Amino acid sequence: MPTVSMTVNGKPVTAEIAPNTLLVSFLRENLRLTGTHVGCDTSQCGACVIHIDGESAKACTVLALQANGAEITTIEGLAKGNNLHPMQKAFQENHGLQCGFCTTGMIMSAVDLVKKHGKPDDATIRKGLEGNICRCTGYQNIVKSVKAAAQEMEG
Amino acid sequence: MYHFEYQRPATLDEAVALLKEDCKLLAGGQTLLPTMKQRLAQPEMLVDLGAIETLRGVCPDDDKLAIGAMTTHAEVASKADIPALACLAAGIGDPQVRNRGTIGGSVANNDPAADYPAAVLGLNAQITTNKRVIAADDFFVDLFETALEENEIIINVTFPRPQAAAYVKFDNPASRYAIVGVFVAKTGGGVRVAVTGAGPCVFRHKDLETALTSNFSAQSVDTVTVSATGLNNDLHASAEYRANLIKVLTKRAVAQIGG
Amino acid sequence: MGTQTGIGASVKRKEDKRFIIGKGRYLDDISRPGQTYGYFIRSPHAHAKITSLDSTAALKAPGVVAVLTGPDMQADGIGPLICGWGITSKDGTPHKAPAHPALAIGRVRYVGHQVALVVAETLQQARDAAELVEIEYEELDHVIEVGDALAAGAPQIHDDVPGNLSFDWELGDRAKTDGAISAAHHVTRMKLRNNRLIPNAMEPRAALGDYDSGTDEITLYTTSQNPHVHRLVLSAFNAVAPEHKLRVIAPDVGGGFGSKIFIYSEETVCAWATKKLNRPIKWTAERSESFLSDAHGRDHETFAEMAFDANGKILGLKVSTKANVGCYLSTFASAVPTYLYGTLLSGQYTIPAIYCEVQAGFTNTAPVDAYRGAGRPEATYVVERMIEIGAREMGIDPAEIRKRNFIAPDAYPYETPVIMTYDSGNYALAMDKALEAIDYSGFAARKAQSQTKGKLRGIGFSAFIEACGIAPSAAVGSLGAGVGLWESAQVRFNPTGSVTVFTGSHSHGQGHETTFAQIISDQLGVPIDQVEISHGDTGKVPFGMGTYGSRSLAVGGSAIMKAIDKIVEKSKKIAAHTLEASVEDIEHSGGVFKVAGTDKQMTMAEIAFSAYVPHNYPADVEPGMDETAFYDPLNFTFPAGTHIAEVEIDPDTGTTEILDWVAVDDFGNVINPMIVEGQVHGGIAQGIGQALLENCVYDKESGQLLTGSYMDYCMPRADDLPTFRVQTINTPCKTNPLGVKGCGEAGAISAPAALMNAITNALGKEIDMPATPEKVWRAAQGL
Repeated sequence: MPTVSMTVNGKPVTAEIAPNTLLVSFLRENLRLTGTHVGCDTSQCGACVIHIDGESAKACTVLALQANGAEITTIEGLAKGNNLHPMQKAFQENHGLQCGFCTTGMIMSAVDLVKKHGKPDDATIRKGLEGNICRCTGYQNIVKSVKAAAQEMEG
Repeated sequence: MYHFEYQRPATLDEAVALLKEDCKLLAGGQTLLPTMKQRLAQPEMLVDLGAIETLRGVCPDDDKLAIGAMTTHAEVASKADIPALACLAAGIGDPQVRNRGTIGGSVANNDPAADYPAAVLGLNAQITTNKRVIAADDFFVDLFETALEENEIIINVTFPRPQAAAYVKFDNPASRYAIVGVFVAKTGGGVRVAVTGAGPCVFRHKDLETALTSNFSAQSVDTVTVSATGLNNDLHASAEYRANLIKVLTKRAVAQIGG
Repeated sequence: MGTQTGIGASVKRKEDKRFIIGKGRYLDDISRPGQTYGYFIRSPHAHAKITSLDSTAALKAPGVVAVLTGPDMQADGIGPLICGWGITSKDGTPHKAPAHPALAIGRVRYVGHQVALVVAETLQQARDAAELVEIEYEELDHVIEVGDALAAGAPQIHDDVPGNLSFDWELGDRAKTDGAISAAHHVTRMKLRNNRLIPNAMEPRAALGDYDSGTDEITLYTTSQNPHVHRLVLSAFNAVAPEHKLRVIAPDVGGGFGSKIFIYSEETVCAWATKKLNRPIKWTAERSESFLSDAHGRDHETFAEMAFDANGKILGLKVSTKANVGCYLSTFASAVPTYLYGTLLSGQYTIPAIYCEVQAGFTNTAPVDAYRGAGRPEATYVVERMIEIGAREMGIDPAEIRKRNFIAPDAYPYETPVIMTYDSGNYALAMDKALEAIDYSGFAARKAQSQTKGKLRGIGFSAFIEACGIAPSAAVGSLGAGVGLWESAQVRFNPTGSVTVFTGSHSHGQGHETTFAQIISDQLGVPIDQVEISHGDTGKVPFGMGTYGSRSLAVGGSAIMKAIDKIVEKSKKIAAHTLEASVEDIEHSGGVFKVAGTDKQMTMAEIAFSAYVPHNYPADVEPGMDETAFYDPLNFTFPAGTHIAEVEIDPDTGTTEILDWVAVDDFGNVINPMIVEGQVHGGIAQGIGQALLENCVYDKESGQLLTGSYMDYCMPRADDLPTFRVQTINTPCKTNPLGVKGCGEAGAISAPAALMNAITNALGKEIDMPATPEKVWRAAQGL
């Protein structure tokens, strides 16, 4: 079996894997990083969003081997020690989550969104979260959370 | 996913040398991998083009813009200096798809509801492969079928600069593919109108082109009859509705350009 | 304590931390040593006989542990899945609920029907081997739509159910209603379609069976809204294991919306197979499996007649509905189109005569059961569309006609002609506040403004009511329920003063871990960070009935209040002893126990410590501070309110843009306004989804599910929705100690009617849900 090496949340990992191992399976099963979720099989729900070299991507639609040599950040690597990322804080402060299942992917997408758009308005946030489905919140408090975090992330 | 062998060549030549029967090229993977996950495709080998640096990048020139096959939609959206093309790329899929999906992959797949084929055909682009240069008008053959032969890899797509252009898309509300997308371009050789989503394969609407070439205005679009015959008829839209959208979106594209 | 973390405070959720750092523990995150993986082989046909099944090749494949089938289960004495609510037809006969084996025996009845389970060391191996199981089918004629299924000559889905009719039920006074209709000044008549939906909680269903041969105990981890009900049914009806040898754990569950109430095939099979194979077995649905085999929602075809006098006063309502129940009766399927539907047809109005009849028909589709609102959205849709259309036909303002018919605020308790007794409400107040918020008087000018842009503007109302807090056991028992619908709570003080509350109300997004803690904090003065809410494990929590029907706070919260009462009563005795006073002289407020008229007092923490270290302790009081209570509600609760939607339609494309949404809801007392508002947002989003985007479609010809993935089933996304403007009014519920009514389903119940009223107002024409761009375009173009 081929070998894959990558950096996940700052730590180097190397493993032998079957070529048909998806990145999300590698993270969840091999590394037991279960904060990245699988909510669909057509690359649409966004529950599996992580960062590959700083760009948000759906880990269910990337082979682990494609990420060879890459820097991966998952939800578990977003906080700096006990200091939550401003986006994580904002989701809690603004009731941006209910069941929590979509939340980890939503936060990872939102971090990339703010990185690219600075201080996005509501419409930009709503459009920018097109790749993430939430069934609980009606998105209103998610939009509020992202807006609030954008203030913190810039300032 | 079924089992397969995986190769990640560093150069185009290595990639070409690896090609064989039952082998598929892996570009961004945003369509291929979901298909394989559902066991609807069973290649014996995937040749991942991700490590071939020469296939990536946006290269502007005075009269044209060359985009490497492995350039992501997000890069095209932010770097392409043909605004209609950048705008089209910015509307493909969702941000995560745009961070991975590539122009070469999209064009080679020729999904009937994909956005890029409309730009390629509308702007009269050229597809350069390891073997030859293919004109857009010859490239898109039929449903998921292109002029590409086995052992042929797209290197880049070169877009001549239009005088003006616009792309207007009506999203499938579920998949966010195009129910209909219309790319209108004013070029030295007249107006080109390319329609995606509406038929089995992207196509040019000659009557609209003729009308708009002689009079570039919304009123001119009104004089054209868009037939529903041969258009897609599915769960999301009837052929009749698609025919209507072709006209409406063409008018909106013309208005954006300033007709 | 009160204001910061008590009742009425928007306390930030205690449960959020684990979710935002990726430490939530959903089912697929759990693995057991030696675990195997299950993959279900499903029917590719809508209706067929299984003529042969050969697993020889599959069993030889690498890693395969077993291939299990329906006959295997039958041989082991595992009973079929059940429907837990008996409905009696007009003619006095019980509903027909044909046997539903967890794995098909001899015949498959819908695409996705579970045929066999392949168990292997890895999921990949199980999937590979599944392709080697050779199954031959002989296809039979199928039927998809309920109207077709109930028509003469339809294909027979079950040999023992003639005409595919499960039941033909009625409620109300037919003769009186017919009389009202024939004597009326005006009668509005409409066919209404309540479209079929697929719930789509974001966490797919999953099950992990884990048998311990040492203790002979089966632990079933599963995505459940009501783990005790799962245990009871799996034990009593399916005979998987005796109740004391079966532990059901529902860990963090990623949304339910009803779809995780039911006892499905897959978890039943995993619970049985783990013991049979003596290996842990995990199954996690792929999304496509969720589409195929989660219980779907709604799917009604209705003809309604609403009779008015010349002033727009409603005289009668007659409703005839055909409900598609799918191919089998799911766990609570029979209650949804009957007692959760017909009983709400009085809406917020005084309607002297109501009659409702419902025919439930089997079809070759997935079972249909409760989905957020369950029956009440369908009822609200009928009532609120009918009154709106009646107003249009009679030229009466839609707000005005509702006001003329509202039950007056002083008319409670109000008994409807459809066996409900409303305890409280103020419908006109909610309407007035909503009208003001949306600036109703300015609508005409806004409409004219839209017209200048070539756009069609519309406004739509929905004055909804629901029956929640389900429900008094005796009442539901008399209506056919197989269970009682009380709830349990155990409030346990630890010796150091912190509290663990065990509740039967599972939380899967609703925020119970915060709301319930607020009640403890408020009533007993315990800092909220010292309160832990434990739920979802039958091995820890007293028997509870679970979370559905907006019941958690009204019933589960009330059980906590009852347990608190017991804590207070015992604490008074301990305080009286310690402070050398009589029990009658002890006053309690917020966890402080005082001797009346003195400064002598003890805190709850001191008393709890004393209860566990009873050195100086009353002789007639047991040590410990741990009280359990069961609460059986006295009545349903009746949340109600008015939602108003304003839309703009592009007639060229048929696109509908929701410009504004106002919701004024009466949920009685509110414990956590932030959480309540979030629940309303989510409910409205699902209601908008139903009206505008979502539609489950089977191909009538092939019986295949056409909307089997997010490529074709349109889920609402952030950019499909507007910002909702949500307010509450508060008329406390009179039948529970918290005065609460429930808020979880309101939005989903109210929103579809409001939105469809707005869209049809803009179009000046009727269309059915969902109002897709093409449908709207056709109406706008007069096609």
